[in-house]
Amino acid sequence: MNDHLLVIFPHPDDEAFGVSGTIAQHTKKGSPVTYICLTLGQMGRNMGNPPFATRESLPLIRQKELENACAAVGIKDLRQFGLRDKTIEFEDEQLLADQFLTVIDEVKPATIITFYPGYSVHPDHEATGRAVVRAVKGMAESDRPELLCVAFARNSEEDLGAPHIVTDVSDVFEDKMNCIKAHRSQTQWLVNSVEKDPAMLEWVQKERFWRYPL
Amino acid sequence: MQPIQANDVQNALDQFIGKELYLHLETTNGAYANHNNESVLTVNAYIRNGKVTPLSGKIMGTGPFRVGLKIELGWIYAEGLTHWEIDSEGRLLLAGHDQEGRLAVALQLSTSPFDV
Repeated sequence: MNDHLLVIFPHPDDEAFGVSGTIAQHTKKGSPVTYICLTLGQMGRNMGNPPFATRESLPLIRQKELENACAAVGIKDLRQFGLRDKTIEFEDEQLLADQFLTVIDEVKPATIITFYPGYSVHPDHEATGRAVVRAVKGMAESDRPELLCVAFARNSEEDLGAPHIVTDVSDVFEDKMNCIKAHRSQTQWLVNSVEKDPAMLEWVQKERFWRYPL
Repeated sequence: MQPIQANDVQNALDQFIGKELYLHLETTNGAYANHNNESVLTVNAYIRNGKVTPLSGKIMGTGPFRVGLKIELGWIYAEGLTHWEIDSEGRLLLAGHDQEGRLAVALQLSTSPFDV
């Protein structure tokens, strides 16, 4: 049975918060994961605290962090698309969808995880989710993988209802935290808050997905 | 980067005056500003590789600092600058970081284009 998981996000660290536990569970079973990461998060404002990155050194630092994060959860197939942070929505959406389709045709995923269009806050998240939906809608219905989306806008549950899938990832908690920590320039605040705040700890141990209605 | 000493930055700025330069100018309060606090507007803007020739330039203030560069038809301005460096490629990087170390403003000058 093909159980390939394809994860598509715009920024290094997008995978860490909401999906890395699911990814770790998948790779621990010996199932393959492909991660398409569109940008290097060049325009992030977190530079470490105290800052150790500059606007110009950030892309290289985040590239290394991304590689370490992938290693932490067993991702062996990382595809970097070389786009620029904050510019995804200004790219040609069909071209991007076609690029996704090329990878989909190649790895034939059983499941794709991306951001839920309309409910993912950051313009790059929104544009990525839209292009993934467009790609999957372009496939014959019988060929379409399951499309699971991450939503975290304030009105997500109000509009979409409770998440369709809530995965307990406490069995791979250490791997997930290592993935989060690998994005050191971006995530110190989160690591600190998980260590101090029981509600955050609880939040990190569950991952929530909505099935996208195709 | 290091905390700004105005004299050092002024000396560095002086090296760039009169030259044809590439400008990176940016301000940001984060892509999640409004998500984190609904009373705040998410405001981000940047120019990458604007081609400019500063006619004069000054750093002012007692920290955080302001930099103004006069160009033929106008001005380049940034406020809230706290840190600076000349990087390994000889570019002048000025940035303003908030208390959590997050970049809020950047003004950078280079004699060759910045990577895109």
